[in-house]
Amino acid sequence: MDSITSRHITEIFRLIALRLSEARTDLGALDGAIGDADHGNSMAEGFAAVVRATSALTDAPPSELFSLAGRSFHSAVGATTGPLYASAMAAAARDFAGKPALTASDLVRVLPSFARGIAERGKARPGDKTMMDAWGPAARVASEGLAQNLSAAHCLDKAEAAAREGCESTRAMVASVGRAARLGARSLGHVDPGAASAVIIIAALREWVIGYESTLAKGGA
Amino acid sequence: MQRFLNDPDDLVDETVAGFVKAHRDLVHLLPENPRVVVSNFAPQAGRVGIVTGGGSGHEPAFIGYTGRNLVDAVAVGELFSSPTAKSFADAIKAANGGAGVAVLYGNYAGDNMNVKMAARMVAKDGIEVATVVANDDVCSAPAAEREKRRGVAGEIFMWKIGGAKAASGASLAEVQAAAQKAIDACRSVGVGLGPCTLPAVGHPNFQIAAGQMEVGIGHHGEPGTRVEPLRAANDVADDMVRIVMDDHSLPAGSEVAVLVSGLGATPVNELYVLYDRIEAQLVGMGMTVYRAFVGNYFTSLEMVGATLTVMALDDELKALLDMDCASPAL
Repeated sequence: MDSITSRHITEIFRLIALRLSEARTDLGALDGAIGDADHGNSMAEGFAAVVRATSALTDAPPSELFSLAGRSFHSAVGATTGPLYASAMAAAARDFAGKPALTASDLVRVLPSFARGIAERGKARPGDKTMMDAWGPAARVASEGLAQNLSAAHCLDKAEAAAREGCESTRAMVASVGRAARLGARSLGHVDPGAASAVIIIAALREWVIGYESTLAKGGA
Repeated sequence: MQRFLNDPDDLVDETVAGFVKAHRDLVHLLPENPRVVVSNFAPQAGRVGIVTGGGSGHEPAFIGYTGRNLVDAVAVGELFSSPTAKSFADAIKAANGGAGVAVLYGNYAGDNMNVKMAARMVAKDGIEVATVVANDDVCSAPAAEREKRRGVAGEIFMWKIGGAKAASGASLAEVQAAAQKAIDACRSVGVGLGPCTLPAVGHPNFQIAAGQMEVGIGHHGEPGTRVEPLRAANDVADDMVRIVMDDHSLPAGSEVAVLVSGLGATPVNELYVLYDRIEAQLVGMGMTVYRAFVGNYFTSLEMVGATLTVMALDDELKALLDMDCASPAL
C-alpha cells in the first residue's frame, strides 16, 4: 500500500526537527565535552531549514522532497554535519526515484539509504566514534527486519535499539575521524554527539510510523 | 567567563560586521551572503582568484588575510566549525576573474567535504577550481602520514605565496603549485599553557592544569604529544625549534621565514621572548632568518600559548613573500 506521500514526509521532518530542538541543549553539552559544542544548534537549525523548505512542496514525489531537504540542510549548516546529512538525504532521494508514494517499509529503507550516504561522504568506519556507530547498526538491523518481513514499526523498534546501543558504545571509543578525532584520548568516556543525534532522528521516525500505523488500524489516514 | 558578549549566537555575525566596518578600505561583505568576506580588489579579470575559509575564533585568521595580492574571498564558519559548502561556493564565485580559483585551506574533515562540494557547485558555472590543503602541524601525525596532519599557522604563508603568485599573472596550475610548494616548505608546532572556552558552552573545552604545558597542541585544543611541567621560556623555545627542525631536516645555509603566533591570550611581549631564543637557535643550526613575523597572526579564542612555523625558502618563495600586499592582518 503506497500511501505515504510528501505531506507525510514533511510531517516526519517536522517531528524530527521538534525532537532535535528539544534536545538542542543536551546535544550541545555532549559536543562541548569533546567537540566544538555546536552540534545541537547545527542539527536543530538544519532540520528547521528542511521543514521550511519542504512545507510548501506537498505535491512533489518523495524523491524530490528528499532532494530538496538535502539541499536546504546543506545551505543552512556547514561544519561536518551539513555535508553528511545532505549526502544522506541525497542517497534517499536516489533510492526513491520514480516512486509517486512510499510504503511504511520504504520509510524503514530510509535508514540504509542515510547510512550509505553518510558513509560515502564521511568515510568513517564502525568504531571511529562518529554518527556511523549509530547509523551503521540501525541500518543493518532495519534491513534484516525487512528481509524477515517484520512490520515497519517492528523494524524501527529494533533499529532504534541498535542505534542506542551503538551510540552508547561510542563512550568506550577514542575518536579517529572528524572533529573529535583532534581530541584523541580526551574523547574517551563521552558519547559521540553525532551518534546521539542519529538516535533522536531514528526515534522520531519510529514515533511517526507508530502513530501512522495506529491511525490506519483505526480506519483513518 | 569574563568576555565581551551580547548573545553568544550572534558572536560570529557581530565579529564579521565589525571587521568589515573597521577595514572598509580593504574588504566588504558579499551582499547576498553575509558569511563571505571579499577583498575590495577582487575579482580581477584574467587573474586567478584566491579563496580560503574556516571556522571563526582564529582571528585575525581567516578574514584578516583578505586584501590586495593576498586572499580574494573568505568563507566564514561558526566558531571552530567549517563554513557551509554554499559559503565556499559563493566565495569562489566572488573571487572568480575568469582564470580559475585556487582554494587554499586547512586539513579538517568538515572543510575537506565542504570545499569539495563547493567545487562541484561552481563547476556548473564553468569555474575551474584547484585546491591546496595545508598540513603543516608536525605533532598531529607522523611524517609518514603527512596527509593526516592538520593545517595551522603555515596557512598564512600558503596564502601569502599563493596570493602573490596569482598577482604575478600566473595560471591556475602555477598558483596551485606555488601554494603547494609553500605549505610543503612549512613545519609548525604549538605549545598550550591554558585552554579556551566557547562562549555558548561557558566552560573550557579541555583542561591544562596550572604549572603544566601541552607540547604539540592543536588550534582547537587537540591534544599534544606531551603534557609536562611548564619550563623557562628558553627551554620551551628550544623544544619548539627541535620539533620543527627535526621534521624539516634542512641543510645548513638554508634561508627560512619564521612565524611566531600567539594563541589568543599570551602577551605579545612573551612572543618576542620566545622569538629571541628561537632565532638564536636557528642561527646556531646554520639557518639564515630571511624574514620574521611575531604577533597574534592565527589565534584560538583565548587559549594561552604560541605556535612556531618555519618555512624553508628558495628564490621564488622569497620573491613572492616580499611582494607588496595589503590586508587587515598582513
